[in-house]
Amino acid sequence: MSDPQTEVLSQAFELGFTYTRSTGPIVGRFLTGLRDRQIVGIRGSDGRVIVPPMEYDPVTAAALDEFVPVGQRGEVTTWSWVKYPREKHLLDHPFAWALIQLDGADIPMLHMVDAGDESVMKTGMKVEVRWADEPRGHISDIACFVPFVEEA
Amino acid sequence: MTTEKTEEREPITGMEAPLYLKYKFTAGESTAKFLSQLKLGRLTGQRCPICSQVYVPARGSCARCGVATNETVELSDKATIQSFTIVHIPIPGNALQPPYIVANLVPDGANISFIHLLSECDNEAVHIGMRVEAVWKPEEEWDYAMENISYFRPLDEPDVPIDEIGR
Repeated sequence: MSDPQTEVLSQAFELGFTYTRSTGPIVGRFLTGLRDRQIVGIRGSDGRVIVPPMEYDPVTAAALDEFVPVGQRGEVTTWSWVKYPREKHLLDHPFAWALIQLDGADIPMLHMVDAGDESVMKTGMKVEVRWADEPRGHISDIACFVPFVEEA
Repeated sequence: MTTEKTEEREPITGMEAPLYLKYKFTAGESTAKFLSQLKLGRLTGQRCPICSQVYVPARGSCARCGVATNETVELSDKATIQSFTIVHIPIPGNALQPPYIVANLVPDGANISFIHLLSECDNEAVHIGMRVEAVWKPEEEWDYAMENISYFRPLDEPDVPIDEIGR
């Protein structure tokens, strides 16, 4: 038999994995804190405060349980500007991914800084939390961080 | 910073973490030909020029001989059950209600099987070597899809001996 003219056939196709993950007691405590607009870290064997809290000590591997509240302001230790946010990004305009060392913490955490313009971003700049309108116990309860200028 | 009254609520123990992968699937030449024929209500395969095996759906080459398969052959919509499983557990997002049967079927004229559903059958009577035929949807519903065939149903023909299936 003769072959028909070959058409180019394309189709959108979505594969979804609708996971619900168990948080365990440590991450669960962190997320519970976020729902109440509080940020907690955990103290490691060397005294360092780790945020978000780790379940096991990075040095000794012992289970950790000493929760430590930390501040809602901190300092950017390094950052990367996202000029063209993608569909999945939680901000629909340019922003920075940044490592932010919160006051009282010894390990910086990754989050977004809504700085408006790349020229605003500086390593060492001060930022503070902008909470989501309706926290629900999820990392996105921290909507992002925003530049914070200390009053003179 | 706003201070809000903290209500007594259950601690967080789980979080939704869905993952969605969005693809734009583009069929290759062989698959496009297969689907175009399927839209016309025909099952087709491709024959290897060296070993003569007929593949369905054809991927454009013979995995055994490593050569392109250019010859398209029309296949029957009658087939033989090569293997099957009776599904008893519901799968989220799947409209089919268990128990139902998923089978590897070798259509007449081909040497390998494809997967489809069996219905209009006594589940307990289904067996390897059983002859089945396609039940097509109404022609006006045909698209570029294997779903043009709703399912396969038993055919009143003698079984194919196991070692002759796909030969």
